[in-house]
Amino acid sequence: MTTWMLRRLIQAVFVMLAMTVIVFIGVNVIGDPVEILISPEADQAERARAVIALGLDKPLWEQYWRFLLGAVQGDLGRSFVFNEPALKLIAQRMPATLELALTAVLMSVVIGIPLGLYAGLKPDSIGGRLVMGASILGFSLPSFWIGLMLIMVFAVQLGWLPSTGRGQTAELFGVQWSFLTRDGLAHMAMPAFNLALGNIALVLRLTRAGVRENLPMDYVKFARAKGLSPNRVVFVHVLKNILIPIVTVVGLEIGGLIAFAVVTESVFAWPGMGKLIIDSINVLDRPVIVAYLMMIVVLFIVINLLVDLLYTVLDPRVRLETRE
Amino acid sequence: MGKTRKSAHLAWLAAGGLALAGAVAGPAVGQTLTLAVAASPTSLDPHYHNLAPNNSLADHIFGALVEMDANTRPEPGLALSWKPISDLVWELKLRPGVKFHDGSAFTAEDIAYTLARVPTVKNSPGSFLLYTRGVTKVEVVDPLTVRLTTGAVTPLLPIDLSQVAILPHGLGPEPTSESFNALKSTIGTGPYRVTAYNSGDRVELARNDAYWGEKPHWEKVHYRMIPNDSARTSALLAGDVDFIEAVPTSDLSTLRKDKRVALAEAVSLRFAYLFFDRTRDGGGMPFVSGPDGEALAKNPLADVRVRRALSMAINRAAIVDRVMEGAAVATGQFLAKGSTSYVDDLAPPAYDPEAARKLLAEAGYPRGFRITLQGPNDRYVNDEKVIQAVGQMWTRIGLQTKVDAITWPSFIGRASKQEFSAFFVAWGVSSGEASNPLRALIHTFDASRGFGSANRARYSNPALDAVIERGMAITDDAAREVVLKQATRMAMEDVAMITLYQQKNIWGMKPDLRYVARADEATHAFAVYPAK
Repeated sequence: MTTWMLRRLIQAVFVMLAMTVIVFIGVNVIGDPVEILISPEADQAERARAVIALGLDKPLWEQYWRFLLGAVQGDLGRSFVFNEPALKLIAQRMPATLELALTAVLMSVVIGIPLGLYAGLKPDSIGGRLVMGASILGFSLPSFWIGLMLIMVFAVQLGWLPSTGRGQTAELFGVQWSFLTRDGLAHMAMPAFNLALGNIALVLRLTRAGVRENLPMDYVKFARAKGLSPNRVVFVHVLKNILIPIVTVVGLEIGGLIAFAVVTESVFAWPGMGKLIIDSINVLDRPVIVAYLMMIVVLFIVINLLVDLLYTVLDPRVRLETRE
Repeated sequence: MGKTRKSAHLAWLAAGGLALAGAVAGPAVGQTLTLAVAASPTSLDPHYHNLAPNNSLADHIFGALVEMDANTRPEPGLALSWKPISDLVWELKLRPGVKFHDGSAFTAEDIAYTLARVPTVKNSPGSFLLYTRGVTKVEVVDPLTVRLTTGAVTPLLPIDLSQVAILPHGLGPEPTSESFNALKSTIGTGPYRVTAYNSGDRVELARNDAYWGEKPHWEKVHYRMIPNDSARTSALLAGDVDFIEAVPTSDLSTLRKDKRVALAEAVSLRFAYLFFDRTRDGGGMPFVSGPDGEALAKNPLADVRVRRALSMAINRAAIVDRVMEGAAVATGQFLAKGSTSYVDDLAPPAYDPEAARKLLAEAGYPRGFRITLQGPNDRYVNDEKVIQAVGQMWTRIGLQTKVDAITWPSFIGRASKQEFSAFFVAWGVSSGEASNPLRALIHTFDASRGFGSANRARYSNPALDAVIERGMAITDDAAREVVLKQATRMAMEDVAMITLYQQKNIWGMKPDLRYVARADEATHAFAVYPAK
């Protein structure tokens, strides 16, 4: 277990180093942040001053070296745009994205698994076919379009839900959250559903496939022959067996939803990290891009770790050492 | 990104029909105005980053010595009057009885403090030094009189000063940008105080009842940031916001007919133009070649007849009507009618493809040549569509034109390195008069003297340079305008650039509101009034 964790940790450090090198070179190739940030009216002297102020006059390797020195001391640099530490900016925006992504994951599990079970157990019923048909729409329609349609119908036409923004927030653990207020929940309903839609479809289809695959298996027949109630067969034995692929996918999707909620965030003007990273890329705000991607790498590593640990709980045959 | 946005508009238009049946937006509740801006301010520090969204927000909180009215003409702000008492010294009389938000009185000390603070702002990616650098000495004569000495003759000093927010000297030495964002140092003389700031999301403003000028109608302002075009329009239609800026042109035709929305528009100070690389007049152009793709020994774009033909080939009226949906005005110079230094008889070049073709033949290109027109696809209103339209029009006079739209971060860097042969950009004339584009875009590139800083084509005309420099040294406003008009005319006759159109700024609001539309694109809550 310890060697396994250690190996994971070393891997993570290398992934992160490689990522920072790629970002430094990539941003450098795309363009010059000063060209984008500076007032168009700035004269040549002002331009030269800005280049020095942002430390961009140094050779790239030296900029990288300075970044590494800072990173070791926990300082990932200051945003070129906001003049605040990059980590602080990300931390400010993180709660909004986290609550949106976690609500979306919750929705995809709570809606996806029951519908998937239904479609798997009654594949030939009209309801089952309808669910499967709808699921195709769920992951094939582009999410920005669905987002706009949701706004048009529920906000503009019916006026039931607010169209954009985060609404009223309340404080918990020193952080502002929307899910604690009625107004905040109303604001969150559409973006969370929009974000969840693709995943509901995914979880639903995985569940259905699992159920269809497992039902004819010997252990199900044996359980039935033993006289267990159909509910116990499905909800305890079958469900446990189909959960492994679902846990894997949901785990990866949590990371994906947090890291790439940008489309939903911009359609609903949700002030999360996705908007921050896109804005930062547009102005080549390198410190924020690097800090954000480093955080996402850490996030994925932690999630994969948790997923692996969860496997051992779900299936006692799985050993961590052999899963490398 | 550009693609997504366009499809998003289509979707939104498709749904527009449905929306007509929707609920009628109610009147603004109480004395609160909720508005949505398109671009997010990056800091509350008014001297940190010279960026339009920051300046627009700062106008609510801080005051400047000189204010710009809706037509970008200077008017008294914290200074009641200003006059040059010699070539290099200006005397300013300050407005008495003005109080900062913290109750301290505004005096000449604050001017000295502010001008000293501007150069000390740390890590600034775009400093206000540009406007204050000319001032070499600040002399406090008495609490309400201040004398500014400049290093050179600076006739536009009042306009430069209109860009600089005045801070109270009580803030102490070198307040940090963070202390502004944390609302500790955010103290000005403006009509509003900040009560909350959530970067990238919203700013909450409360009326400053001690404001020296006209009291704003709104007691509270929710200043929201909704960069996505469709989301911003939907928020207005859904009644979540009362007022939005930068109404997308693709929604204009629908919104003009929609009774739930009123629009306010003004011709902007931003003009779109085409620029031609002049660093390779002797050949080696990267994106120009002969009709069969062979290299050319000299740059066709160096010939004024070719440039004139390219300009005559463009149907500006069609671009304004069909591409810009009427949200622009065709132009043949830097500024729009009614602005200072607008040249009355300099009409937009007439569309005449026949004459253009003849002119090309006369210049020695009867079979035309191959050219690639580059431009951004995510920066200006309809930028990609405009360059496509221009490309088609050039093809019609016999040029084999390719069009290449590039994302802004990459585009602007390459344009600054002279990697293009012909490219599309736009320029906002922040000073509202012609010396600003003449100095930055038309004058020969000269780093040591700060000329031609945005002359990415490296156009150079020494005779014109002399006129520009002469004009910029004249203190008398009327005499200077005459010379600037002459320089504008020379630049346009030599087709230094092809000016296409001035954009219009469009604001959308609930029908029971009205807005004093501004030429400079700024969105001001204090200029929003109830319609009656």
